[in-house]
Amino acid sequence: MGLETKLKSVPWLATKAEFFINWARKYSLFQYPFVTACCGMEFMSAACSHYDIARFGAEFPRFTPRQADFLLVVGTISHKQAPILRTVYEQMCAPKWVVAFGACASTGGFYDNYATVQGCDKVIPVDVYIPGCPPRPEMVLDGLMKLMDKIQGEKLDEHEVSPKYRMLP
Amino acid sequence: MSKEHLDKIVAQFPEAVVETHSLCGDHTALVRRDKWLEVMSFVRDELGLDHFIDLTAVDYLGREQGKDRFEVVVHLRSSQSGERLRLKARVPENNPAIDTLCGLWQGANWFERECHEMYGIKFKGHPDLRPLLLYPEFKGYPLRKDYPIDRRQPRVALLAPETGRSPRPGDETPHGHDPGFKADK
Repeated sequence: MGLETKLKSVPWLATKAEFFINWARKYSLFQYPFVTACCGMEFMSAACSHYDIARFGAEFPRFTPRQADFLLVVGTISHKQAPILRTVYEQMCAPKWVVAFGACASTGGFYDNYATVQGCDKVIPVDVYIPGCPPRPEMVLDGLMKLMDKIQGEKLDEHEVSPKYRMLP
Repeated sequence: MSKEHLDKIVAQFPEAVVETHSLCGDHTALVRRDKWLEVMSFVRDELGLDHFIDLTAVDYLGREQGKDRFEVVVHLRSSQSGERLRLKARVPENNPAIDTLCGLWQGANWFERECHEMYGIKFKGHPDLRPLLLYPEFKGYPLRKDYPIDRRQPRVALLAPETGRSPRPGDETPHGHDPGFKADK
């Protein structure tokens, strides 16, 4: 079957707490999709059975930020919406990670005007940027795997001490 | 077909119609803004153009002398015959006001709110001219041609300054640039 057959002779493991906790975190990301625009279609595609984001442990979209640790900013963020996005981010429990999904969330895309925030990293800290207008589901999964690599490499207290994750202005 | 509409409007309001033109089956009348409500009432009740499609404005910044800067544009349609008509009125920069159409079409309400927040045109008699799409603390009228193309009005303290595209030749006029803005090099 699985691990248990291999562990029969040695029924214990020695590992580092940091490695083990990060390993557990990276395979159990609960997403909060903050969907504002057409990128949402690609998010749905990545989340549904054809591409099946659940294979990477990010199965569960939670529609309250308080239960999520992985914020997907999917689509254009306008200045009118920026306070909402920041509130959602602040409602999430640490440790938390943010992925900017698509060109608009990463840079504002081609909306260079009075209405649009030029990338959601102006409002909240962002860990991974997924380019594309919109990105294909493969790119979404690639971005997710990059985030998992990042989580695996984090220090245990990273979200407490890193200035990036400190209180927002 | 709806050329007849134009003729009827001109016959009814010879002094109110500034000019008319027809192109590819679409008909337009430019009317004086002080007769705006009268003409609209006539085309709705007498010509049967009862379907209010759209209301917006155009900013002709730097227009030649004698012509007002803004034009309010309304598109109407007859729900019986399907004929369409476009009506416009010029609105000056120093007193950008025109009568509201809310009394004739309730649907004009949100169009006029949007037109007000984007172009700064006041609709006299409108029940509630609050911003529709913009946030309440937004200053200025962003679809006016002299609103600086890179002026931003963030509502939260930003983590990093916003940088848009670099200025390009031709940006100097007529949009202008926000002097407080640092372009991304």
